[in-house]
Amino acid sequence: MGRLANLIGLVALLAVPMLGVSDYVLHLGITILIWGFVYTAWSLMGRFGLVSLGHGAFLGIGAYTVTMLWNHAGISPWLGIPVAVALAVLVAVLIGYPCFRFRITGHYFALVTLALGEIVLMLIVALRDWTGGSLGVTPASALSADVSFSLVALQVSSKGVFFYVAVGLWLLGLWVWKRVDSSMARYALEAANEQEDAAASVGVDVTRTKLTITVLSAALTALGGIAYGQYQLYINPETVSGIAKSLEIVFAVIAGGMYVRLGPTFGAAFTLLLAEGLRVAFGHDVHGLDGTIYGLMLVIFIIFMPEGILGRLARLWETRRAPTSPRTASA
Amino acid sequence: MLSVDGLTKRFGGFTAVNQVSFEVGEGEILGLIGPNGSGKSTTFNLIAGTLTPTAGSVRFQGREIGGLKPNLVCRAGIARTFQIPRPFTRLKLLENVALAAYYGAGERIGRSEAWSRAEDALALVQLPVDGETTIDGLGAAGLKKLELARALATRPRVLLADESLGGLDESEMDQAADMLEHIRRQRGITIVWVEHIMGVLMRVVDRCVVLDHGEVIAEGLPQVVASDRKVVEVYLGGDAGEVQAQVAARARSETGAGGTS
Repeated sequence: MGRLANLIGLVALLAVPMLGVSDYVLHLGITILIWGFVYTAWSLMGRFGLVSLGHGAFLGIGAYTVTMLWNHAGISPWLGIPVAVALAVLVAVLIGYPCFRFRITGHYFALVTLALGEIVLMLIVALRDWTGGSLGVTPASALSADVSFSLVALQVSSKGVFFYVAVGLWLLGLWVWKRVDSSMARYALEAANEQEDAAASVGVDVTRTKLTITVLSAALTALGGIAYGQYQLYINPETVSGIAKSLEIVFAVIAGGMYVRLGPTFGAAFTLLLAEGLRVAFGHDVHGLDGTIYGLMLVIFIIFMPEGILGRLARLWETRRAPTSPRTASA
Repeated sequence: MLSVDGLTKRFGGFTAVNQVSFEVGEGEILGLIGPNGSGKSTTFNLIAGTLTPTAGSVRFQGREIGGLKPNLVCRAGIARTFQIPRPFTRLKLLENVALAAYYGAGERIGRSEAWSRAEDALALVQLPVDGETTIDGLGAAGLKKLELARALATRPRVLLADESLGGLDESEMDQAADMLEHIRRQRGITIVWVEHIMGVLMRVVDRCVVLDHGEVIAEGLPQVVASDRKVVEVYLGGDAGEVQAQVAARARSETGAGGTS
């Protein structure tokens, strides 16, 4: 039943570009899918108490590495992607290993990662001769009026095509989530999150377990940053790095629900539609309004709905179904 | 089986454990006792890998394990419990124990084997083996049993039981003591029982090591230790009568049952 519903949902999703919807709708769809993927990647570790406030770092490393290699060395993203992911993994290990080895957890871990996001942002700005600084950078275009698709540069002008790339990426995120969820490592992570000493006492290598999920999360986040860069064909430090971006991830995930598989994606849709709604309603007149509203809503969510919108809905659905199921069985 | 030799732990200028040596024989229940602050918990944590020794050695089946990380000590075959239970509340009861079985076996067993070892361990300590029971419903005694089940699921050769029974009433203390004896009888597991209340322990243990100010002050059979002048002086105080009574009760029951185990 659930499987069938998933399949129908997927087919419906894949049919979207064929329905002749406007580019704007496709753009919203692609954006939700890419950020849904990134938020899912963040939640892989976030749901086990490894709250990172610096995932912007991995986005930035991903997007900038690929673009820099392409722009300055002519290296195709096909090679740039593995290099960028490897770099993100390296940074994740450099940050994660000492934290986990010396038991920096909770708020302290969050603070360390917060610094990381800022360091990457400053690095991008400082290397402005290469990166374009805070003005951002455009990947050298391989597209023209005649060329709508370049395999070498991994650039495509059609939103319809990119939509499928985004769907693929998003499905990858959900698949990884499911793999983690059904693995023994999930139990080890729950245990290590709650009682680190007790987890170690039954044979769990806490450092390795946490590091593995962090590396996985960082690698996928870097992929998301790359996808964003290749889609927008423009990146700047504020959109793929820094505190604001990192906090946006956390807000979206908390709003959507980080303990259910589609929660982060729901959070992506929720925040994007909220931002678009505010933009349409108020234009750009009231600067910083969306940030203020995010902040207020974050407080409200944390107090009243810590499991997020989708998490709450899932729970309501379960409790509503539980008492009725025996009756439907006898009927 | 387990041999502690010259074990020393200093925290800055304070020596918590000083040149502690003792042996634990296979299949034995050893009581490691002493008043609060005597260094027994430190000794326990040095064996379990939670603390790294300043000097001395801990050998298990001939292999040096002093300074190994706790997860490796567990995989080597020494499991521990915690004085204050530390359940994983986000997991079901059975999952708590299955996790221990899987990782305790060095991730070398399958999922179904892990679950069956977990059921076996839960049954041994008389906790429900269904997959639905949550941690919330377990009382203080149930949580203590969970600690034991989780340790046992790792299939240890030695069980380090940090069994402060302080929070339990008399009949619960008796049950806890009986449980350890039951585990030894059923599985032949060697047990080191750390405790500061001497009374009920004396009924079950084969031998005692008594610590005071980080040093071993007495070692031997319960009845001998209980009548040791130094032990009575530094440790038992007003409790001496109670301990003598427990030892006497044990002597009676053993004579009645026709010998020791």
